Amino acid sequence: MKFTVNWLKEHLDTTATAAEIAEKLTAIGLEVEEVDDRGATLRPFTVAHVLTAVQHPNADKLRLCTVDAGDGAPYQVVCGAPNARAGLKVVFARMGTTIPVNGMVLKPTAIRGVDSQGMMCSMREMGLGEDHDGIIELPEDAPIGVPFAQILGLDDAVIDIAVTPNRQDCLGVAGIARDLAAAGLGTLKTPAIAAVPGQFPCPVTVRLTDEVKDKACPIFTGRLIRGVKNGPSPAWLKNRLEAIGLRPISALVDITNLITFDRARPLHVFDAGKLTGGIHVRFGRDGETVDGLDGKTHKVDGATVVIADDAAALGLGGIVGGVPSSVSDETVDVFVESAHFDPYTIAATGRRTGVQSDARHRFERGVDPKSALDGLELATRLILDLCGGTPSEVVVAGAFPADFPNQTFRPHRVEQLTGMLVPEFEMARILEALGFGVAMAEKPWVVSVPSWRRDIEGEADLVEEIARINGLDRLPVLPLPVTSVVPVPALSPAQKRNRLARRLLATRGMVETVNYSFIPEAHAAAFGWTDPALKVANPISVELAVMRPHLVPSLAAAAVRNAARGNEDVALFEVAGTYHGIAPKDQKAIAAGLRTGHAAPRQWQGGRRPVDVFDVKADVFALLAELGAPVANLSVAAEAPAWAHPGQSGVVKLGPKTVIASFGALHPKIAKLLDLEGPAVFFEVDLDAIPAAKARASKEKGPLVLSDFQAVSRDFAFLADDGVAAEALIRAVKGADKALIADVSIFDLYRGTGVPEGKVSVALAVRLEPKDKTLSEQDIEAVSAKIVAGVAKATGATLRS
Amino acid sequence: MSNLNGLEAEVLAAVTGAADLAALDEVRVSALGKKGRITDLMKTLGAMAPDERKAFGAAVNQVKDRIADAISARKATLEDEAMNARLAAERVDVTLPIAAQAAGRIHPVTQVTEECIEIFGAMGFALAEGPDIEDDEHNFTALNFPPGHPAREMHDTFFLPPNATGEKVLLRTHTSPVQIRTMKGKTPPIRVIAPGRTYRCDSDQTHTPMFHQIEALVIEKNIHMGHLKATIEHFAAAFFEVEQVKIRFRPSFFPFTEPSAEVDIGCARTKDAIRIGQGDDWLEIMGCGMVHPNVIRNCGLDPDEWQGFAFGMGLDRIAMLKYGIPDLRAFFESDLRWLRHYGFAALDLPTLGGGLSR
Repeated sequence: MKFTVNWLKEHLDTTATAAEIAEKLTAIGLEVEEVDDRGATLRPFTVAHVLTAVQHPNADKLRLCTVDAGDGAPYQVVCGAPNARAGLKVVFARMGTTIPVNGMVLKPTAIRGVDSQGMMCSMREMGLGEDHDGIIELPEDAPIGVPFAQILGLDDAVIDIAVTPNRQDCLGVAGIARDLAAAGLGTLKTPAIAAVPGQFPCPVTVRLTDEVKDKACPIFTGRLIRGVKNGPSPAWLKNRLEAIGLRPISALVDITNLITFDRARPLHVFDAGKLTGGIHVRFGRDGETVDGLDGKTHKVDGATVVIADDAAALGLGGIVGGVPSSVSDETVDVFVESAHFDPYTIAATGRRTGVQSDARHRFERGVDPKSALDGLELATRLILDLCGGTPSEVVVAGAFPADFPNQTFRPHRVEQLTGMLVPEFEMARILEALGFGVAMAEKPWVVSVPSWRRDIEGEADLVEEIARINGLDRLPVLPLPVTSVVPVPALSPAQKRNRLARRLLATRGMVETVNYSFIPEAHAAAFGWTDPALKVANPISVELAVMRPHLVPSLAAAAVRNAARGNEDVALFEVAGTYHGIAPKDQKAIAAGLRTGHAAPRQWQGGRRPVDVFDVKADVFALLAELGAPVANLSVAAEAPAWAHPGQSGVVKLGPKTVIASFGALHPKIAKLLDLEGPAVFFEVDLDAIPAAKARASKEKGPLVLSDFQAVSRDFAFLADDGVAAEALIRAVKGADKALIADVSIFDLYRGTGVPEGKVSVALAVRLEPKDKTLSEQDIEAVSAKIVAGVAKATGATLRS
Repeated sequence: MSNLNGLEAEVLAAVTGAADLAALDEVRVSALGKKGRITDLMKTLGAMAPDERKAFGAAVNQVKDRIADAISARKATLEDEAMNARLAAERVDVTLPIAAQAAGRIHPVTQVTEECIEIFGAMGFALAEGPDIEDDEHNFTALNFPPGHPAREMHDTFFLPPNATGEKVLLRTHTSPVQIRTMKGKTPPIRVIAPGRTYRCDSDQTHTPMFHQIEALVIEKNIHMGHLKATIEHFAAAFFEVEQVKIRFRPSFFPFTEPSAEVDIGCARTKDAIRIGQGDDWLEIMGCGMVHPNVIRNCGLDPDEWQGFAFGMGLDRIAMLKYGIPDLRAFFESDLRWLRHYGFAALDLPTLGGGLSR
C-alpha cells in the first residue's frame, strides 16, 4: 500500500517528517517497505529573490546579481543565464550544497575576477529534465527561503507499507492516519463526507437475489449522475495516482481509484447508456462469461457474484468490472456502484479467476460495510466537481450486515499477556482513538468494535491493539523461570540417535547432504513407490513430484550432479524422513549413504580400488554399533531390495523378520535409469527400527573380568560348498563352545587348484580364552574336534586335509 | 720380549684391518680365544722361574688388555658403520605426500539445528517433532487459520490428494503444527522446540520449495511477552556468539498468535559482510507472539489458565546470516565443493561449555 506524505496530511494534522512517519508506522505494525523521499535532495534549494542584475565588468555574457535568500545580507552571484534579471524569483543554492545532476559540491569561487557566493539553478541542474536554456523562474508570490520543491509540488515522499491481512482498514490513507493519530503522531482530521441531495429518483433499479443478499452481497448502493463530461483528470488527481504507481485513465475511473486508496472503499462506475434495464446482483450461471477490464475473459460459475443487467453479466462483483458497460470519454450518464461483498466469496472467486485487483485485495480482507454509503456520497461529490452532472437519489438494495458483537475486556490482561504496565485511562484512550467504544464502568469493560475492524474477535485482539500503540519497545525483558539449574537433556534417546548417526558417518569420511523430500516420479517408481496419495498435486516441477520412498535416489541424483562437475568418487549421506503413507507413523527416520567410484584416491602407495558392497556393509555395522544396536544378535541375509544388485546386496535383520538395514550395489538397471555411471554402493539404516537401549538405574559399566590364563589361537581350513554362507560357518564354530571361543575370523578364501569345483576353502582363526585353567593340548584337541563336528553338521563343510 | 712386542703389533694390525664384525671376531679368537696366541703364551708361564714368570706374566697381561681394548674399540666403530649403512639404506623420501583421508562434513543446517538445541536446551526446552505430511487441521484450522482466509493463501501450500474422509492433505508450510501436536499430547507446563523441514510452493533466488524452520512453544502460567523478548535476546546473543544483540519487536499478524510481532536484530552492513549484534540496520529473523487463545482452546486447554508464547524462525536463514552463506538454493544442491566449504567437521560438536563453534 503506497501513499504520499501530503496525502496523509489531508487526514492527519502533523509536523512529522517522512522519516518520523515511517518509523512510527513500522513501530505500530504497518511495516514500511520503502520511503521514496523525492524532495530530500532538493530540500537545500530554496526560493530567492533577485534584487539587482547588472553586466559583469569583465564578461559580456555574464551577469552580476545580488540575491536575497531570506537569511540576512544578500548574496553576490555571477550568473550566465540569459533570463537572470532583477525581480525574478529563483531557485538558489548556497555554498556547500550538492547539485543533483552531477553530484558537484558548490565551493566559493571567483568568476572573471568577481566573487560568486552561490548559484541560481536550472531544471536540468536539479535533475528535473533537460531544460537548460535558463534558470528556473518561480511564481512571483513564491515565499523567499522555503524549499522550491514545495512550490512545485515535488517534495512529497512516497511511503510503501506492507499491510498484514487482518488490517484492510489500512489499505486506505484514512485508516493509516487513524492508527498514527492513536499513536500520538498527530491529530486525525479526515474530512467528513456530506450527503449530496438527489435531484430526481434513480431510474436504474437494483435487485439482489435472495441467495446473494443472505451473505455474498448484503447491501448494494448506487445512484445515477446525468450529464457528466468525462475526460482526463486534473493534474492534482493524476499526480496523486501516478505517485503511488497507478495509471490515470479518466476522471470517472480515477475518482473510484482515489477513493479505493483514500478510504479503502472500492467502487465501480457503469456507463448507464450501455445498461439494458436494471442492475441485478446474483450468482453466475454456467456458461456465462465476463469480458473483464483486466483484458481477460472470465468464466462464471454458481459461486461467483456477478453484477448483471437485464441482458448479461456485466462484471465480477467486488473483483473486476466488464468492458462492455465501462465508462469512456463519451459517457454522459454514469451509474455509480458502492456495495459490500463477503470476503470468503470474493477470496474464492479471486483464487479461481486469478484476477489481482485493488478491489479484490480489499474485499477479500473485509471492507468496512458501513463505508458503502459514504463512499458513494464522496464519489458523487468528486464527480460533480470534476465532471459536472446532476445526481439522482441514492438507491439502496439490501441492508447493512449486523454490527460486530461487543467484546468484554479485562484491563489486567494487558499486563498478564505483555508484561507492560499501561494505565487504564491510557488503554481506554488508545481504544477510543482507534474507533472502539469503551464502557469503563462495566466490570469487565464492554468494548464496541468499529465496523472497519473485522479482525477483532476477542480480548487478546484488544490487548494487541493496546500493546502495539503503547509500543512494543516498552516490553520488559524477563528471563523464563529456571526449571533446572543445570540443563536436563533436550533430546530423547531416539532423537540423540539421529545426531549420533550424522556425526558417525562424517567421521567415516562421508559428506552430509540435505536433499528435497520429493523426487521425480520415475525415480520414485523405480524404488517401489506406488501409492498415489504420496504424489504432490501441485508440484513446482516434475523433478519434485513424489514424496520419496527411499533416500538413495536423492543421493544418486546428487552423485550424478557431482560427477558432472568432475567429482566421480563421492561418499554422501543423508539422515531424513522417507514417506510410506500420509499418516504421521508412515514417515520413517532413515540414515542412508551412497559411495561411488573408488574407495580412495590414486596415490603412490596404491590402495585404490572400486567401492564395493563391503564398504557399505562396514558403514552399516559401524553405525549400528554406534547407535547401540545388539550387533551380536543381528544376522545378515542376501535378501536384496528389488532395486539392488541381487548378488551384491543384503539386509541386516534383528530376529527373523525385523529388517533394520539394507546395503549393497545398485541394480545396474536402476543405476542406468538414474544416469549413474561406474560402481555405486548404498546403505539405508532404519533408525526407528533399532531397539532402544534398556533404561538402566545406574551408569555403571560393570566389573572388568580378566582371565589369568593364556589365550590360544588355532587356525582351521574348511572345504565348504560354494553356496554356504560365511556367517553360517562362523556361527557353527562359535556354537561349538560358547564359553571358550572368544572370537572367530575368516582370514582366507580360496578357490582353484587343489580345491574341487563348486567348493571353497575357508580359513578361520579361532581364539580360545580359558577362564579357569591353562588349556592343555588335550583340551585344545577336544574343542577342535567339537568345532569340526559342529561345522560339518551345520554346513556340511569338512576340514581340509 | 721382543717376540711379545712383535705379536702385539701383529695382532693390533689385524684388529685395525678387520673389515667387519666377523673378521674382528676371528682376530679376537686367534689372539684371545681358548687356543689363541696370547692365551698360549699365558699357558707357558707355568714352566718359568718365579721371577721370570712374574715379569713375563705382567707383560703378557698388559698386551692382552691392550688387544682387548683395541678389539672393543674397533667393534664399536664397526657397529656404528653398520648402523649408518643400515640407516642410509632405510632412507625414504619423507616429502612424499600422505594418503588423503576422506574428510566427512556435516551440513550447515544440521550444525545450526544442533546449536539451537544446545541453547534452548539450556533454557529448559525439549525437542518435539511432527510429520512433514500434515492435514489441513493441524497446519491451518487448529492454528486459527479459518478456511478461505487470505492468510492461508500467503502460505503457497503443496497439496497431496485428499485423505479418505476428504480432508486436505498437505506438506506442512511451517513447523507450527507441532504446537498443536504437542499441546494435544501433553499437559502443560510445556517448553519445546521443533526444528524440521517445511515446504512452500515457491522457488526463486531467495526461496526454495523446501526449507527449514525451528518452532518454539512455551505454555505455562504467567508467561508473557517480556519472557518472549528475553528468550529471543538470550538466544540471539548466544547463537551469534556476541555479547549482546540489539532486538526490535514490530507488531505484526499471524493467525495463531495474539499479540503478534516480528523480530529484527541489529546489524551493521559492510561492503561484503553483515555484522550481527550492533549497528543501525535491522534484519528480520523471526515471527512470534503470544499463543492465540483459540489455538490453546483448540488443543483442549483453558486460555484463562494456560498461556505462553511461540515463535518460528528459518534455520537456513540464520545459518546464512551466521556463517555468511550467500545462496539458499545451494543448501539443497549437494555440491561437494559447497559442502566442503560451508560444511562442518565431524567433531565440530556445538556445546555451550566448549563453545558453539570453533
